[in-house]
Amino acid sequence: MKYDIILAGVGGQGILSIAYLLDHAAIARGLRFKQAEVHGMAQRGGAVYSHMRISDAPILSDLIPEGHADMILSVEPLEVQRYLNYLRPGGVVISNDEPVKNIADYPADGLVDAALMALPRAILVDAAGIASAAKMSKAQNMVMVGAATPFLPFQWAEFEPFVQRLFGAKGDHVVQANMTVLEAGWRVGAFAKELLDAGVSSALVGRFLARLQPMTLDPAAARGYAGVLEGVRAQAFLATEGARVACDTALLNTLSA
Amino acid sequence: MAERELLLGDEAVALGAIHAGISGAYGYPGTPSTELFEFVQGCAEAEGIHAVWSANEKVAYEEALGMSFAGKRSIISMKHVGLNVAADAFVNSGVTGIHGGLVLCVADDPGMHSSQNEQDSRYYAKFALVPCLEPADQQEAYDMARVAFDLSEQTKLPVVMRIVTRLAHSRADVVTGDRSPQNAMNPLADTFNFTLLPTIARVLYQRLTDKQPDLEARSERSPWNVLLDGPDHSRGVIVNGIAWNYLGEAYEGRIPYPVLKVGQYPAPVAKIRALLEMVDELVILEEGYPFLEEMIRGVTGVHGKRIRGKLDGAVPRCGELTPMIVAKAMGLPVPDGMAPTLEVVPNRPPTLCPGCGHIDAFAIIKAALAPWGDVRMFGDIGCYTLGYYPPHNAIGSCVDMGASISMASGAAHAGMHPVVAAIGDSTFGHSGMTGLMTAIRENTPMTLVILDNGTVAMTGTQKTMCTGEDLVNIVKGLGVDPDHFKIIEPHRAKAAEQAAILRAEFEYRGTSVVIARRPCVQMKRKGG
Ligand SMILES: Cc1ncc(C[n+]2csc(CCOP(=O)(O)OP(=O)(O)O)c2C)c(N)n1
Ligand code: SF4
Repeated sequence: MKYDIILAGVGGQGILSIAYLLDHAAIARGLRFKQAEVHGMAQRGGAVYSHMRISDAPILSDLIPEGHADMILSVEPLEVQRYLNYLRPGGVVISNDEPVKNIADYPADGLVDAALMALPRAILVDAAGIASAAKMSKAQNMVMVGAATPFLPFQWAEFEPFVQRLFGAKGDHVVQANMTVLEAGWRVGAFAKELLDAGVSSALVGRFLARLQPMTLDPAAARGYAGVLEGVRAQAFLATEGARVACDTALLNTLSA
Repeated sequence: MAERELLLGDEAVALGAIHAGISGAYGYPGTPSTELFEFVQGCAEAEGIHAVWSANEKVAYEEALGMSFAGKRSIISMKHVGLNVAADAFVNSGVTGIHGGLVLCVADDPGMHSSQNEQDSRYYAKFALVPCLEPADQQEAYDMARVAFDLSEQTKLPVVMRIVTRLAHSRADVVTGDRSPQNAMNPLADTFNFTLLPTIARVLYQRLTDKQPDLEARSERSPWNVLLDGPDHSRGVIVNGIAWNYLGEAYEGRIPYPVLKVGQYPAPVAKIRALLEMVDELVILEEGYPFLEEMIRGVTGVHGKRIRGKLDGAVPRCGELTPMIVAKAMGLPVPDGMAPTLEVVPNRPPTLCPGCGHIDAFAIIKAALAPWGDVRMFGDIGCYTLGYYPPHNAIGSCVDMGASISMASGAAHAGMHPVVAAIGDSTFGHSGMTGLMTAIRENTPMTLVILDNGTVAMTGTQKTMCTGEDLVNIVKGLGVDPDHFKIIEPHRAKAAEQAAILRAEFEYRGTSVVIARRPCVQMKRKGG
């Protein structure tokens, strides 16, 4: 069993806090891990990445070989593009959808998301929306950890002791609020995983998720939507704009009728 | 008692040194070595270890040598180019030898993630005729650091530990062992060894060369130099340090060829010969320069054997090794990997932080220089080196710490005018003072701008030695003409007035100094 993850982002986004949680969860499970970080020059608002390897067997290389990564986990959507050569066939991309436009030639709106949606297995996460809905706008990285969890050998609740270590000094409510957004991220990731596994395209999953309230997502019910999303009613629903709706039996009935 | 800890390679070396009973840690910040010292610093008080950053690497090395004289153990850490600065002390300490164990951990940066070059410190160890250890992973980093102190005291020599960026900055779990107490105070009674007058140095240099067969014998039986057999003798492989991991990765741990894994120098020549005899072709995979490869090839090559490596292009000469490069060199198929799905992926280079005082300083300096056209400053090493890039276009050189001042002086000697140098407060303390003293004595027509942001920002906001009033006093003490010594707090709002102050100094045909003082925003964020 092995999980090779490329963590990507922009200097200052704190990708090492994500690495911290994944590392410690791996160690707590008795797994081996290696994590190559980037320090120094690259941190001043430049592209940053980390190679994370988790395995039940000893790990040799600190770097992931090209074409071997099981996941690219990015806290910025453009950054994914720099590391696609590492992704293995069938690997998944999980990216925050919020751009960091600190360069003059940042691609035009829409292009970056469209390029990600063209990938066979990609999940764009509205981490900013989820985090600010919980009044935790700085906790976008926690959302991303949650979204990645369904693809890793962890349960989302396992992160609590390490979230406690990171934020415990700020009080219990801060720890709990971080766990809430982490769970919301997990719901998004797990729900999307079910749909992708059922053969729904990244683009369709993305459009569907964009209409749903994250905390109402029940991964166990996700497969029920796989068959109906191509239908006329679902397409009509996706074509409308408007507030996010609850993902419940009423919605499933509406879409499948 | 054995425990498992999550450690960066840097931290593994640090913990190994602590467990070996060091009494001191010395160093000057530099990526990728910084976290080694910082780890010791974090527990220095509890452990009773002296750990305060030094002004530069030479000072650090000499302080450690003093601790060794007193009979105690210490570790020195620096980045590879730091050893150029400490080289005088280092090479001579091979001749003096040591008393208390002394280990120099130097972090090389193949691929130049944050450095000016990718020099390979194994050459320095060979130059100084001292042993060198090179770990392949975090566990070896910890284990070797402990053993290095014993090796140092047994051979009475400084021991070099060479690590590289991908080990220094990679985290893994490490099993730790027992701890040794610190050495008791035991100053060297016979000072003959440390007094390198020529008559004495001749004796000591002879002694150093006489030690070489013992060092070679130690390398031959070292557990870090292992010759592993494999079923297929058509080819053999030599790897150093982390190259071992990439080779193992390429064959998923089952390497079909005999392999010599090198982790201790001087190079184990008998083992190299034994491997060569076994195989038809030898592939040398080195993280760093082709150090072993040059030695093995010699001038004439090895008769009847094909040698492959960096010198025949089987492995790229420049940059760091990767699993892919190693797999390719071994002739294994490598996946193409997915192409970007976006037509153009723009680069995202590092930039100065929003609100960084250097930004305003550059704007004001460029405005002051405008009458002379698009003049750039002789620059130095720090965050401000990023002033090379647009929109600043302010910095025009970056060579080595302190070079801004001396290069500006040389250009002024040649007749260039105006000549402006820019240096950070820490770099000034590291290597700038002597250059400025020289310029002042000659009244060389140049202006030095010292960008005092109150910290060693580039490497992570460590404590600087030359800031605020201390810096002012140092500059005054070097003898600058008080009429041509100005202090400004660069700010956009005062740009016109401050540019005028600077321009007057640029026009002046003598040595002038301007301190541009504004705190680093990252330092302020961290509460410094
Ligand atoms: C000989 C040597 N030692 C260490 C370094 C690593 N290094 C690069 S920049 C820097 C600090 C510069 O600090 P300062 O001059 O105060 O500038 P700032 O980054 O604060 O703007 C250091 C230590 C180096 N490049 N060369
Ligand atoms: S770390 Fe400090 S000195 Fe460096 S760019 Fe940021 S604000 Fe400027």
